[in-house]
Amino acid sequence: MTAIIDYGVGNLFSLKSSFAFIGEEAVVTSDPKVIMSADRIILPGVGAFGDAAGKLFSSGMADVLYKAAEAGKPILGICLGMQLLFEKSYEYGEHKGLGFIKGSVRPIAERVDTSVYKIPQIGWNALRFTKPSPLFKYINEGDFVYFVHSYYGDDCEQSLLATTEYGFDVTAAVSSGSVYGTQFHPEKSGDVGMKILKAFCELK
Amino acid sequence: MITKRIIPCLDVRDGRVVKGVNFLGIKDVSSPVKLAKFYSDSGADELVFYDITASAEGRALFTDILAEAASSVFIPLTVGGGINTVDDFDRVLKCGADKVSVNSGAIRDPDLISAAAQRYGNQCVVLSVDAKRVDGKYHVFAKGGREDTGLDAIEWIKRGQKNGAGEIVLNSIDTDGVKNGFDLEMLGAVCEIAEVPVIASGGAGGMEHFTELFNALPKVDAGLAASIFHFGEVDIKTLKAKLSADGINVRL
Repeated sequence: MTAIIDYGVGNLFSLKSSFAFIGEEAVVTSDPKVIMSADRIILPGVGAFGDAAGKLFSSGMADVLYKAAEAGKPILGICLGMQLLFEKSYEYGEHKGLGFIKGSVRPIAERVDTSVYKIPQIGWNALRFTKPSPLFKYINEGDFVYFVHSYYGDDCEQSLLATTEYGFDVTAAVSSGSVYGTQFHPEKSGDVGMKILKAFCELK
Repeated sequence: MITKRIIPCLDVRDGRVVKGVNFLGIKDVSSPVKLAKFYSDSGADELVFYDITASAEGRALFTDILAEAASSVFIPLTVGGGINTVDDFDRVLKCGADKVSVNSGAIRDPDLISAAAQRYGNQCVVLSVDAKRVDGKYHVFAKGGREDTGLDAIEWIKRGQKNGAGEIVLNSIDTDGVKNGFDLEMLGAVCEIAEVPVIASGGAGGMEHFTELFNALPKVDAGLAASIFHFGEVDIKTLKAKLSADGINVRL
């Protein structure tokens, strides 16, 4: 069973539906017991980093995630959920993240000419692999996935799995131990996205 | 490099897909859920569901259909039509929409954009503008293109961006349904001031019009159309292969 963490940020309808579509049981929950009994965990997230991180820490969800990671449970952070895995973010100030991934989250606008590269990056962009990963076992380099974001994971070479080109090599996927993150939305990336979720469900 | 998007629009009334020509003379087309799945399988990059229902029963039917589509189609879904309050955002987001487009609702209440952007993020708020030439200016029209608001479209779009709209859909009433190509002049004027993605709508009659659009206006991010896809005049898979052959970066 997959636990999709509900901590009051974002819309979990498509995420839940996509697990049903690939034939995997998934539960949307904020109950630590359910989360700890799950085989794997999805950390979703839409919105502002500061708010979301605040909710994770104040609700005790961060501690649940630390325990789950320590137990070796696969965790997948999606979009803002990936960014929350980093040590810190510079989205409207400076905010502490979960710290699973070494690096920080910074505005795309700092890196590109925004008259050419609009912010947010919205749309389908191609993946370039930087490291082999079991997450990619059913997909190919160059496959397209759907991005919507204004901030990116920076300074995370050790954990980098894939990038995408948007004026520079933008972090698209990361991992450290059993903790994974995708900047793109697998649940909105059609067949390619479903294959990534399937591969995630097969991680041990 | 990010790809140019092809977006079919499904106008839905009482649970069925319809398409008007110049917003008049509506014809029934097909089942929204089936059509959504068909488009997704054909390579559509995104779908727009536009609710043109007036009744409360029709509105409930629309959200049921939206939820059904979102359970089987895993590409971004934008919902528009009848979005007047933040509660309307909530209603469709809960049923699987990823983005919500505002049009007349934002004209009546310009604070709607900022309120929704604060709550759901800019990426969730699409400003849809129906514009038409009036005395050498582009005027914003409300109520499905029937009412001239007198607002200048360029100023309206600037204001919408400032308030937090994350994307702009520009529908030219002058070219809509005419099938002679997108309104490159009007779109060009919008591209000059656009800081967020611009989606072109109104006027596509064949594949060549998409090539023309993306070549003439590199700042346009997506092309939206309805009837040419519904009636099979243009097949999305063939269109994207042609765009790619024409040197335009698309997802194949």
